[in-house]
Amino acid sequence: MSDATRLSVFKTYKLYVGGKFPRSESGRVYEVTDSKGKWLANAPRASRKDARDAVVAARKAFGAWSGATAYNRGQILYRIAEMLEGRREQYVREVAEAERLSKSKASAQVDAAIDRWVWYAGWTDKIAQVVGGGNPVAGPFFNLSSPEPTGVVAVLAPQESSFLGLVSVVAPVIATGNTAVVVASEKHPLPALSLGEVLATSDLPGGVVNVLSGRTAEIAAPLAAHMDVNAIDLAGADEDLAKELEIAAADNLKRVLRPQPVDDWTATPGLDRMTAFLETKTVWHPTGSLGASGSSY
Amino acid sequence: MTEKTTDKRSSAFEYAPAPESRSIVDIAPSYGLFIDGEFTEAAEGRVFKSVSPSTEEVLSEVAQAGEADVDRAVRAARKAFEKWSALPGSERAKYLFRIARIIQERSRELAVLETLDNGKPIRETRDADLPLVAAHFFYYAGWADKLEHAGFGANPRPLGVAGQVIPWNFPLLMLAWKIAPALATGNTVVLKPAETTPLSALFFADICRQAGLPKGVVNILPGYGDAGAALVAHPDVDKVAFTGSTAVGKEIARTVAGTRKKLTLELGGKGANIVFDDAPVDQAVEGIVNGIFFNQGQVCCAGSRLLVQESIHEELLDSLKRRLSTLRLGDPLDKNTDIGAINSEEQLSRITSLVEQGEAEGAERWSPACELPSNGYWFAPTLFTNVTQAHTIARDEIFGPVLSVLTFRTPDEAVAKANNTPYGLSAGIWTEKGSRILAVASKLRAGVIWSNTFNKFDPTSPFGGYKESGFGREGGRHGLEAYLDV
Repeated sequence: MSDATRLSVFKTYKLYVGGKFPRSESGRVYEVTDSKGKWLANAPRASRKDARDAVVAARKAFGAWSGATAYNRGQILYRIAEMLEGRREQYVREVAEAERLSKSKASAQVDAAIDRWVWYAGWTDKIAQVVGGGNPVAGPFFNLSSPEPTGVVAVLAPQESSFLGLVSVVAPVIATGNTAVVVASEKHPLPALSLGEVLATSDLPGGVVNVLSGRTAEIAAPLAAHMDVNAIDLAGADEDLAKELEIAAADNLKRVLRPQPVDDWTATPGLDRMTAFLETKTVWHPTGSLGASGSSY
Repeated sequence: MTEKTTDKRSSAFEYAPAPESRSIVDIAPSYGLFIDGEFTEAAEGRVFKSVSPSTEEVLSEVAQAGEADVDRAVRAARKAFEKWSALPGSERAKYLFRIARIIQERSRELAVLETLDNGKPIRETRDADLPLVAAHFFYYAGWADKLEHAGFGANPRPLGVAGQVIPWNFPLLMLAWKIAPALATGNTVVLKPAETTPLSALFFADICRQAGLPKGVVNILPGYGDAGAALVAHPDVDKVAFTGSTAVGKEIARTVAGTRKKLTLELGGKGANIVFDDAPVDQAVEGIVNGIFFNQGQVCCAGSRLLVQESIHEELLDSLKRRLSTLRLGDPLDKNTDIGAINSEEQLSRITSLVEQGEAEGAERWSPACELPSNGYWFAPTLFTNVTQAHTIARDEIFGPVLSVLTFRTPDEAVAKANNTPYGLSAGIWTEKGSRILAVASKLRAGVIWSNTFNKFDPTSPFGGYKESGFGREGGRHGLEAYLDV
């Protein structure tokens, strides 16, 4: 049979939760189209229950992921870049369809996303050296401040930049040892759902990143109110939703990263997406005293 | 003598030989210099042999760089500098990540090679040297596009061409410590490996080829001290980095005086390993053994002076001697070997003469019963008691498996004795009391202090000395400074 007559096989897009690929427990899907209205796929429409399951998975993964060495996390983030590079064409196609971009523009987005994983792979074992350090307190004490991940972070991925924007908000969260529940772009969820396939084959432990698709407002509300979520990135929320979620987040004083206008996701990021979800821990210890002498040489 | 364990108390069963296969590495009969991306003969046509110190077998014949070759390599590095330094940091990063990954992929091959050429046990090359080499490149790869965050200004610039001279004790690891930060910051390099261990650097040249590194960015010049001296003195070198003896380090400092060349030196040491009476003895013994017998003691930061609190002197020495009796000396490729060969005949005779001097000056020499192989360069693990601070073996760096044991009564005395050396590279502190660790550490004049551990290395952690152990730091954020115009 020639290629021209062969019928292609469609992929059923599924959620990515706890390292597995479930459908929504609600059984719901919604139609995903390109900007001209052409049908692309039926994406799962995650429910409040799916969101809660994802939080459980993220919490379960937090201990081992935050306890892994920074070097190990860096290796895994770099592995994600390696895996993405090998499936570059697939993402170029998905991004081109989702965002209605030319192939070359979509390629640029995907390349930048791959390089972004590399950028954050390098940060895992450096962020502590840049934002932490010894403090010269006025007394006989050793005093060291170190950053630590805050915990489970709910991430509302940007609505427009379906892949580069997504990677740009997810990578900094997990680079520092947090685990994430990600709500994909509502209109363009397919690249995010496919990312799960790469994460699942990159030695990233299941549950470190969980990807949900559906109505952003519907999924975000239970996440913002969830008492076992430590922080929320509102990148994908509009002004009204962001305010509502920030209010809900106050119940357990979640760390909130408000939506910020991003003109160009390809620009080199700063540190703020990492520091937003880091705690600073300061350890004191007496240094004792040997008397004033010591050795001067 | 892979099968020998002479102490019956500790060994119910004999070990069967467990040699790592050397077929994983393919050593060519000859190698050239690596200049501008090509292997090439030395201008004067000279060659030298690289010998396996455990068998005296000739491994390969290597081109020997001279002054003309140094000039050619520096010119290649200079030519490559313009483009390399102009690359976006993120692209330089990806080259270094590639190198890190290829080293990981080829790490067993490189471990066997390093063991053959250096004489150190495969257990060390496999579990320490090679993982650290890959990690070092991985770490500095990540800095290449983050230099503005490193605390050296908004737009830190590279220096230019770095001339680097490295020793034989950790050939590939010292190469990594030199090359990774240099390339990450946008410099190009000319590196001279030691004359007794040139092979892993030449294999690294092949890794650069596999990684697609632009030609001239890394140049490798096997050779002797004259080539190193020519490199250091070359007028178009902007940066000199040297790891080796303090005597040569001082000579280099004189050579670069009055030039623009930035200099970092990692030199000798006479590290004090201080054991207080509340230390957990078994752990301390392991740390002492690791401190002085790791890599046959051929380590600049070795804990070569043991300072024991008087009240536990006997107990500790008994445990230590018992432990030394279980060390297995022999074929470095055997996976059960603890102590491998001394790197060269020259180094062996230096160790031998210092040990003889120790005996002549009145210190008491002890070694476990230990049969040495008939070929190759070997020295049994040795410790000296009744050592005073005036003894040569308490003052000079031996760079071999020889431990000098001294005692102290008070923490102040421990600190005074530990600091009583022109060196200042490392020290160890063994005590269960945290405040004592920190108090003693704050008084020690040394660049690396290990507490309740010893000989720990990590690419994120700066390493380097005080006083005559040199200046500058390698590793960590601090290690970038040596290669930046700041």
